[in-house]
Amino acid sequence: MKIRKYIKIYSLFLSTSIASELEYKTNVIIDFITAILSLVGSVFLLSIFFQNTDNIGGWNFEQALIIQGIYTILNGITNTWFNPNLTEIVKHIREGTLDFVLLKPLDSQFFISLKKIAPSGFLEIILGFALLFYCISINQININLGFLFLCLTTLCCSIVILYSLWFLISTTTIWFVKTWNATEVLRSFLYIGRFPLNSFSFSLRIFFSIFVPIAFITTIPSEVFLGIAQLWKILSELIVAGIFFIVSRRFWLFALKYYTSASS
Amino acid sequence: MFNLNKNKLITLLKVQYSNMLEYRVEIALWAISGIIPFFMLNIWTNNNLSESINLSNVMLSRYFLSAFFVRQFSVVWVVFTFEEDALLGKISPYLIQPLNPFFRYFAQHIAEQITRFPFAIIIALIFFLINPESVWVPSLSLLLLACLSTFFSFLIQFLIQSIIACFCFWTEKASSIERLLFIPTLFLSGLLAPVISFPEYVKSWIYITPFPYLIDFPANILSGNNTNIISGFFMQIFWISVLFPIFKRTWSLGTKKYTAMGS
Repeated sequence: MKIRKYIKIYSLFLSTSIASELEYKTNVIIDFITAILSLVGSVFLLSIFFQNTDNIGGWNFEQALIIQGIYTILNGITNTWFNPNLTEIVKHIREGTLDFVLLKPLDSQFFISLKKIAPSGFLEIILGFALLFYCISINQININLGFLFLCLTTLCCSIVILYSLWFLISTTTIWFVKTWNATEVLRSFLYIGRFPLNSFSFSLRIFFSIFVPIAFITTIPSEVFLGIAQLWKILSELIVAGIFFIVSRRFWLFALKYYTSASS
Repeated sequence: MFNLNKNKLITLLKVQYSNMLEYRVEIALWAISGIIPFFMLNIWTNNNLSESINLSNVMLSRYFLSAFFVRQFSVVWVVFTFEEDALLGKISPYLIQPLNPFFRYFAQHIAEQITRFPFAIIIALIFFLINPESVWVPSLSLLLLACLSTFFSFLIQFLIQSIIACFCFWTEKASSIERLLFIPTLFLSGLLAPVISFPEYVKSWIYITPFPYLIDFPANILSGNNTNIISGFFMQIFWISVLFPIFKRTWSLGTKKYTAMGS
């Protein structure tokens, strides 16, 4: 009953926000071009790295393309769902409209995280999958059901981790009011996800696996994709995703206790 | 069109500087978000990629630190502020004032750069602590030239974004055009990889575009890498003199097109 209600509400969210986004048609087209250029740019950057070497951090060019593909998908998801919604939190809190969200007979985290959608990110997701399919053929990867299942699981875990990171940072708005710069810091850190973790020095590797788990977000799914991931890595990704999700949920409920609305 | 005198300029700067000081943490976060060049440096040195472009690791680390600095002092966001002001109708009172509103935004940027300065220095000091071998002191003349070229780079980007911002008069959401233009700026300006490492088929045309003069050129001057100073400055001034009339034209066309709420 409850789940059905949420699904119904979500489909309403979808249709209203797509309708409002499509009002700016040229914008959608420009965003499409941006997505294509951005992928071309990162492949260009990668090709500079590979000009005089055949591997960085033990990954050759064809394998590194997988990471680009996964990064592009995740970036598309960020642009479609996380970015438009979570920047809205800042607005809600600054303008005091979070009151209206909290008064609704709905889960506030659900409402805040899924209210809007920016369809221009879809193209990035499609581009990412296209790149992955290309990678399957150039890396001669055998596809079977188990492989697909593992790939999807790790990809979902990455999405959960990514969402939790965004949500955690956006939640801090309740205390600091203006945090869209903090999300900008996160964005620049996430940029690292375009490259294999092994191409960084040891200290950075530690930083990006423990404090900001970017390693888990792109490198492990790519390893799974290549069929070289060890089981403990997949399990640890599952655990990290679980922990991050629970923490972000708890943190939101905790932060709400400190929310004082605009008029009180 | 531009009636500006010294007093107005100083007042504008003072007001905007105190405004910016209120948001110190915010600006510190902006400064931190600019550390991508250091991650790139880490990839370059950790995989011994620098040998192939005849740059030692030390010179490369100086290059990326300089690129970080140049980026810090040439970041432009006028289109986002302008878009918000245009959407909310705040432009109308600005237009009545006997001062082009872009001077206000210009002063905001300069004030923000001044606020940013200490944070950038702190980040540089941390960088030197981690990489003590890359410490260097540029000569005074090179430092001045680097500051000048960084300022020119800032001017070029400010003009480009102001032109885009003027499109708000027609399309309301001009920031997506800026996001589109940001992609070539990101990949071709030398922020992520020095332009000399680019493949030949790109190097053959890139020096005609404004991109390498945004980061690569000032960063090369500051870090003491080889660069053609005279032609670099020539191209920077060339682009400024091309963009300025375009900006003036779009501005005057745009203000005629402008219809405020209620008018």
